[in-house]
Amino acid sequence: MLRKTLNISTSPHITKGRGTNEIMKNVVWALLPVVGFSIYSFGLNSLLVIATATFASVLTEHVLCKLSKKQTTVGDYSAVITGLLLGLTLPPSFPLWMAFIGGIIGIALGKYIFGGLGYNVFNPALVARAVLQAAFPVAITTWHPAFLTDRFSSIASSVFTLPFMEPEFDVISGATPLAAFKFDGVTTSTAELAFGQISGSAGETSAVIIIIGGLYLIARNMMNWRIPVAVLLSAFVLSGALYLINSEVYPSPWFMLFSGGLMLGAVFMATDMVSSPITPIGLWVYGAIIGILTIVIRVWGGLSEGVMYSILLANAISPHIDSVIKNRVYGTKRKIKAA
Amino acid sequence: MTLFNLHKNTFKHGIHPPESKDETSGMPIRQFPFAPVIILPMAQHIGAPSEIVVREGQEVQRGQLLAKANGYVSVPMHAPISGKVRKIANVPTISGKMSLGIYLEAFPFSTQEVLEGTPIDPDTATSEEILQGIQDAGIVGLGGAAFPTHVKLKIPEGKTCETLIINGVECEPYLTTDHRVMLEQESDIFTGIKYLLKATGAKKAIIGIEANKQDAADHLSKHIPKELPVSVQVLPVKYPQGAEKMLITSILGKEIPSGKLPIEAGAVVVNVATTAEIGRLLPHGRGIQERVITITGPGVKKKGNYLIPVGTPLRYVLEQVGVDEDISEVYMGGPMMGMAVSNLDISIVKGTSGILVFTKKDVNRSTTIYPCIKCGACVDACPIMLNPSKLGILAKFEAYDEMASDFNLMDCFECGSCTYVCPSHIPLVQYFRSAKRIVRKREADKKEKAHA
Repeated sequence: MLRKTLNISTSPHITKGRGTNEIMKNVVWALLPVVGFSIYSFGLNSLLVIATATFASVLTEHVLCKLSKKQTTVGDYSAVITGLLLGLTLPPSFPLWMAFIGGIIGIALGKYIFGGLGYNVFNPALVARAVLQAAFPVAITTWHPAFLTDRFSSIASSVFTLPFMEPEFDVISGATPLAAFKFDGVTTSTAELAFGQISGSAGETSAVIIIIGGLYLIARNMMNWRIPVAVLLSAFVLSGALYLINSEVYPSPWFMLFSGGLMLGAVFMATDMVSSPITPIGLWVYGAIIGILTIVIRVWGGLSEGVMYSILLANAISPHIDSVIKNRVYGTKRKIKAA
Repeated sequence: MTLFNLHKNTFKHGIHPPESKDETSGMPIRQFPFAPVIILPMAQHIGAPSEIVVREGQEVQRGQLLAKANGYVSVPMHAPISGKVRKIANVPTISGKMSLGIYLEAFPFSTQEVLEGTPIDPDTATSEEILQGIQDAGIVGLGGAAFPTHVKLKIPEGKTCETLIINGVECEPYLTTDHRVMLEQESDIFTGIKYLLKATGAKKAIIGIEANKQDAADHLSKHIPKELPVSVQVLPVKYPQGAEKMLITSILGKEIPSGKLPIEAGAVVVNVATTAEIGRLLPHGRGIQERVITITGPGVKKKGNYLIPVGTPLRYVLEQVGVDEDISEVYMGGPMMGMAVSNLDISIVKGTSGILVFTKKDVNRSTTIYPCIKCGACVDACPIMLNPSKLGILAKFEAYDEMASDFNLMDCFECGSCTYVCPSHIPLVQYFRSAKRIVRKREADKKEKAHA
């Protein structure tokens, strides 16, 4: 006679079996070529900065979990992403102690105080970047030129600045294409921008590799394609319109698209699932806000770059986008609720 | 152009779980052995339990009335086997609740001939007579819902039924019951459609079948009787297309307004196995005694599609087909919406479309629940375009009333697509089931207070 103790469970009894940690892991894979290219073009400096930021993020996550007597959440890979993204937004010759502080801030202030993964309002890496920008305005805008011949043998002196000391930068430092345009009126060719023959943050120099990483995630259904498309499309349309009005004053839309952090921001930062809206229309609105704000800051603002603040602002209103723009439920008329 | 057609031929969103139907879809329906004792719970349909009309010790013939319908939303119960009523007592059911039931001991050497009743002629019977015949035959939705079919077929005053939709979608993975019925019982199906067209007054019938059962669609198309206004529509494979609302949208391109019935779109949907049962029973005035069930899953040795008497104990069924040593979970119905069995002493009921046995290694439920990362996979899966992510967060805060008033909780029909896709393994549909129950109870309490 059949005698068995059976488990009971609620339906559905099958699942797709793809975990959140697996999505996060794949984002890390998609970021690795960007990291690799950054190391290739900036050498040891970049390797040290990215490694430090990542190490600090993961360590902070682990320590905070231990302090609050919870099981460590390092295994979900989200801290690795925060660290890598932060490292990629920093100048390659950024002092390591500052990068380390950035890693701590990203996890502690950007994510943990909100309640950890899933509850953060802002992209943690950008929170860290914003704090670093306010705290160390000189260090974070001093750019290191790419493809120096001794990039694999020597390290910029600023990298090893002692903690809480002002860094001294080497004499040769390159201006980013955006800064060069904004302050000196010099434009850089799109081909150079696309393939990374330029100065900039570690990760913002090769648009092509960033796009490949994005396409990989979109193909695996681990990134919502609407966000990067909305960001880039809106930036392109606005800067294209300005260019058509006066091509003497305003740069070409291609230049806008491929320069600075727009590509990295559109593909890897704005797409942070937690801090972006959830409905398709909401995603388009959110992406368009980022694209338009970026161009507005670049063209009329005091800074040469505006991606970071645009994304942070869009993050802040993303919960409101979700509460105003909802999907039309089957069998009902669309409801628009005043926020 | 094909792409355009394909798009119009289905509903929005939905998921594509592995179909897992290949192992049984080619196996013809076989008669299952009669169990020595069958246990027949009276509560096996939606509505009032049937009222027993036999006494302990009475000898009954197969097909004889054992219990009559207790009201309009209720159906009678007939003897699935010839035998002796051994006991009338409380019996376990899958929900965990006990129900009054009949223990029927089979006569070992009986021919098991089925008793005939008053036949109903589809050509001369009125709509009312057919509906009465369907209730008298004890017919309920065999797709799994077990809702009394005659209630569903009753067209409300002032409405008209344009289209009769026969549901041959069978979108649940693993199940091949309807598939086999369509391949083997075409004449019963068409006779059933004849009754149903008459009962509803519909001008035409459309049989909806998913593309993974092209053979069944071809088979039925070939055998459509000339005088019947029936067509077969092949739909792209997608879960939960077998849900009434989704099927109507796929076939007619219309939506059923929230909280309303299919008749709002001028349609009535009947499962294909139910249709076949109507076509088989009504011409003889018989009652339902058995049904086709797919027994499958990695833990089953003799998988197949079997014709099993209603009331056959689950333990007997599993002993006959043989199961693996390390079985861990048994489901009645499909893996998406079926219920897990806690007790092998329950019996097969009219609504059982499948029995699925999983061993320990087949249960891939994750024990780690991550926080919601708002990836939107559930939003893209939900066939009625709810926001399961937001509903899940509200459920955690026990904001049940807000879930219902602002986020259409009550429209959720618990298909489980959101839970299936959730990478954080959040048991969303489980939250919604509880939340719906609580909201319903609160509404009922409110009404009671207003009356007091």
